[in-house]
Amino acid sequence: MMEETLTFIIAKYNYWAALVLLLIGLFAMISKNNLVKKVIGMSIFQSAIILFYVSMGEKRGSTIPVLLEHGHGQVDHAIDVAAYANPLPHVLMLTAIVVGVSTLGVALAIIQKIHRVHGTIEEDEILESIKE
Amino acid sequence: MKKIAFLITLAIGVLLLRAAVDLPDWGDPNSPASLHVSPYYITKSLEETAVPNFVTSVLADYRSYDTMFETTVIFCAGITVLTLLRRARRVSKKVIKPRPARKGSDLILQNAVRLLLPTIQLFAFYVLAHGHHSPGGGFQGGVILGAGFILLAIAYDMHMVFQRLREKTVLLLSGIGVAIYAGIGALCLVLGKNFLGYAALSRILGTTEVMAHSDGILGVEIGVAITVLAIMFSLYIDLASGGDLDEGL
Amino acid sequence: MSWDASYLWQFDVLILPMVIILAIASLSIKDLVSAAILFGAFSFLMCLMWTEMLAVDVAFTEAAVGAGVSTVLFLGTALHIKRKAKD
Repeated sequence: MMEETLTFIIAKYNYWAALVLLLIGLFAMISKNNLVKKVIGMSIFQSAIILFYVSMGEKRGSTIPVLLEHGHGQVDHAIDVAAYANPLPHVLMLTAIVVGVSTLGVALAIIQKIHRVHGTIEEDEILESIKE
Repeated sequence: MKKIAFLITLAIGVLLLRAAVDLPDWGDPNSPASLHVSPYYITKSLEETAVPNFVTSVLADYRSYDTMFETTVIFCAGITVLTLLRRARRVSKKVIKPRPARKGSDLILQNAVRLLLPTIQLFAFYVLAHGHHSPGGGFQGGVILGAGFILLAIAYDMHMVFQRLREKTVLLLSGIGVAIYAGIGALCLVLGKNFLGYAALSRILGTTEVMAHSDGILGVEIGVAITVLAIMFSLYIDLASGGDLDEGL
Repeated sequence: MSWDASYLWQFDVLILPMVIILAIASLSIKDLVSAAILFGAFSFLMCLMWTEMLAVDVAFTEAAVGAGVSTVLFLGTALHIKRKAKD
């Protein structure tokens, strides 16, 4: 019983690591008062999701997803699918990283504009300044 | 507030833990993620597109529509930051205090950047051109080029970089990149195949259909690199100067 | 012929706790410039994780975008707002 549980925990520990990072990012986005800390939390959340996807595409005993020994356009033997890591999550996560940095740029621009108008970037002071 | 946030986070954590029990083991070659479409991409990529790097061929050929809209998203983010932060010159002189100009020059930093920058730009072009056979491609090359310009703006004065690359040129480049990508797609449509079906390019380039795929991939990667270069630099100059384009970091 | 380049569990056991500690530290520190630098270190370690997981394109992009441009954008913003956060 203990053996099974231990094997189970070790066999899936990439999911636990992604889960812990995701919860750290989510907690920061909800509860931090400073707006820049919220944006850092959003970035950590995105990194956790990318970790989850990329770790799902790995295969034990494989190599990087670039074809070896291809000899100018011809392949003599059949390509062994289990020898290369799965390229599909890598493609999706490339898009996700670049869109993430674009979102980060827009979020920081909005923070600078709020600072220009209200003079502060702490959430409770902004709420008071709006009420007046 | 923090206690409520902690409880919500814990509740979501428990839900996700219960869902993670059913997921496949780490490193399993027979997990469902690797069994349906992905063997087709691995086995057919070389004979249909003549590109050994599976990630580049899937990104720019099999799923090129997604990459086109991703380039558009980057372009829109750059335009949004510009719209939010830039102010007219009359307003800015009245409202803000001008920051004192940088005194002197950093000997080590400026000479190191002067020696390193040509190597950085050459490496970026290599990454862009060799993306078919090794890790790399359009995004990585474009970001390295943009980071080279940001390095120049940090080490020297921002005005010195503006003498070499004006803001109008930067915005024009970002639009040209998206236009190259969509233009290649429209060209394939005009020549008779689907939108972004690169086999149609073999008629004007005079090569076989498989090599036309490879050349089409190179063309769209160049478009992506130009847009990413322009937008990374534009994001830096707008954010680091607070919209005035006066002085940076 | 293919190489077995994956699954170095010693590497993962060493790097993953450091990633979690860096994430918590970057969120708790009060100076925004230090938080930006710690976030840059977090990005570098994630890039290392993905190289170990054989995602070399993703690692390349994360090294250039996350650890390069993203850190500079945070530092550029911290120049224009108050440098000390309250919590």
